[in-house]
This record gives sequence, C-alpha cells and structure tokens, in this order.
Amino acid sequence: MNARKIEILVGAFMAAGLVALFFLAMKVSNLSAVSTGDGYRLTARFDNVGSLKVKAPVSMAGVRVGRVEAIAFDKKAYEAVVTLHIDESYDTIPADTYANIFTAGLLGEQYIGLDPGAEEVFLVDGDQIVHTQSALVLEQMIGQFLFSKAEEGTQ
Amino acid sequence: MLDFLARLGRGGLGSLERLGRGHLLLISMLAGLPALVARPRLLVVQVFNVGVLSVLIVTVSGLFVGMVLALQGFYILSRFGAAESLGVMVAASLVRELGPVVAALLVAGRAGSALTAEIGLMKATEQLSGLEMMAVDPVKRILTPRLFGGFVAMPVLVALFSAVGVVGGYFVGVGLLGVDDGAFWSQMQAKIDLHEDLVNGVIKSLVFGFVVTWIALFQGYDATPTSAGVSRATTRTVVHSSLAVLGLDFVLTALMYGE
Repeated sequence: MNARKIEILVGAFMAAGLVALFFLAMKVSNLSAVSTGDGYRLTARFDNVGSLKVKAPVSMAGVRVGRVEAIAFDKKAYEAVVTLHIDESYDTIPADTYANIFTAGLLGEQYIGLDPGAEEVFLVDGDQIVHTQSALVLEQMIGQFLFSKAEEGTQ
Repeated sequence: MLDFLARLGRGGLGSLERLGRGHLLLISMLAGLPALVARPRLLVVQVFNVGVLSVLIVTVSGLFVGMVLALQGFYILSRFGAAESLGVMVAASLVRELGPVVAALLVAGRAGSALTAEIGLMKATEQLSGLEMMAVDPVKRILTPRLFGGFVAMPVLVALFSAVGVVGGYFVGVGLLGVDDGAFWSQMQAKIDLHEDLVNGVIKSLVFGFVVTWIALFQGYDATPTSAGVSRATTRTVVHSSLAVLGLDFVLTALMYGE
C-alpha cells in the first residue's frame, strides 16, 4: 500500500474519532444542556433539604428554569441555605413564589419546584425566596402515620 | 530445600531484572520523541498499523456490546418500571468502563501481539543489529514511532467503540424494545457528565494505549531471538497487557470515582 493511501486512511481514522468524540460530547453528555453562566442567583431557606443535590434541576410548571448551585448550612438558624441559579430569560418570578422540594417519581432524585405567586414585584439577583416547603422525609411520614394510628387505637 | 529457595530467588531476580529493562527501554523510547517530531511520517504509518487496521474489530464489537447491554439492561430496568433509564445505563457503562477496557483488550489482542511478533522477528533475523551497524538507533527509529502510534490511536478507537455502542443500544432499546425515543436521549444527557464521565474515559484510554503498546514493544524487544522465543513473547504480551489493563482500570476507577 503506498504512502499516500495510508495517509488518507489515517486522516479518515482521526476524523472518525473526532466525530465520535463530538457525538459523545453533544448527544450523550450534558454539554449542550449546560447553561452559559448568564443568569441570576436566588437563595431559599429550608428546614430540611432531604437528599437534594447540587446541580439538581429547578423547575417551574415542569419546565427547567435553573439549577441548584450550592447547599450550605446556616449554623445560627439551623437551616439549610440553598442557592439557585436561574437562567436569565426567566426574570419574572414573583416575590411571593413558593419553593418546594419534590421527588421525581417514587425512587427518583429530588428537585426544586417553584410555584409562582401573585405579586407584581419580581425577584432579582441575590433575593431570597421566603415561602419554602421542606422535603418529605419518608421516615417522618411513616412515623407520623404510625403515631396517628396509635392514637386512634387508644380512643 | 536449598534448591527450591535458589529457584525462587532466581525467578524473583529475573522478574525484577525484566521490570528494570522494561523501564530502561521506556526511557530510551521517550528520548526518541524529538527525532519522531522531525519525521512525523513514521508516526502516521504506525497509527495506520495500530489504529486503522483495528477499526473493524473495535466498531463491530462496540455495536454488539451496546446491543447486548440494551437487551440485558431493559430486562432488569423494566422490572422496576424504569425502562426510560436504559439510555443512561448503556451510555454510562460504555463511556466509563466498557469502552476503554474492552477496546484496550481488543487492541492488545489485535495490534499488541502483531507488534511483539514484528519486533521479535526483527530481532531474531538480526535486522535490529543491522540498523545498529549502520549507526541508526533501532529504539528511536523502530520502537518510538510504534509507542506513540498506539498512544494516539487508542483514544480514537475507544471513542469509536463508545459511540457505536451507544448507537447499537439505541437501535435495540428504541427500535426493538420500544423505549421512548426522547426519554432515551434526554435521560442520558441529564445524567452523563462531560468531565466526570467523558473526560475520565479519555484519560483511561490514554493510559491503556500507552501501557498496552509499551508491554507489546518490550516483550518483542526482550524476546529470545528464536521462533519459540517469539511465540512465547507474543503470548506474554496478550496475557500481561490484558492483566495490566484490568488492574489499572480498577486503580483508575478508584482514583476517579472513589471518594
């Protein structure tokens, strides 16, 4: 096989490899879904975040509007402080919006669902979402259920 | 008793000696890099030998591995009502583990053994000594291009393997088993991370490419220059590089994902 044919085949080989890597990066991994960094930050305080993770989605009416950027613990108030990164196109979130921690499916991961309020003042960068609802912890729910069952029995 | 101890000691010293020779060879091969940069054509030919000639076996294996993963994954996931996660399962197992490891094992068998036989035969027919007589360093002229050829070709082969495997999983999962098309890709994109999964897979493939070609070249260069010696060296190449790939994979996975 002459040298030129080998060079052409090696070139095609490298190009196929690049196409495969590009396919993996764009179609398989989350490169295309990563937000460009433009946006603003909101904080929300929860009594209990359950198993919420950094990078979990923040959704409104089921549409992803941002991501959880950081989860910290406030050692004075004994609360979890969650920083949300909201994409810049969603800049009309009312000030009395509710932030809830939901679970996607029975065994799915947890995410933050925003329930829009009615006020006409919108949240801007650095604001805090006042109304929050903690994650449902299965053990607590079972505990409450057993407790109420036991009370019924004594009556 | 003393005989037994002596044999044990001889064996131990022998393996230590081989290990040392292997590293010395590696150093002199790396020292040939500047000369290789001056003559990139040598590298192109070796990328052809290791890479292009392995494309067929690597892509066909990737296709079938992806298809089998989809079949088996669907069987288990559908029990939990999570068949939509099939895409994540197929892509994560391919990109993280199976892509680098299986492609490296295939290359060890397909290209590594060929490299050993080639170098061993060059040694047996005294071509390497002939080069030395002509004041050409056989390590720099013959071995260095092959080492870097394997180093360059392996990540490309691994990327092809993983990509073809994902497509194979898509055909079986979406085409044959009826998983939802959108859920297959969107769940995959939501869960596979560019740095965590993809970049770590590429790092693994670089390490494997380096180690597999290094072992193959050393076994060829160190072979007893007879036909029986070359045959033994070829066997050792496949065994040692397969074990090295599997062992290193555990170490790399523990370093990358273990916390």
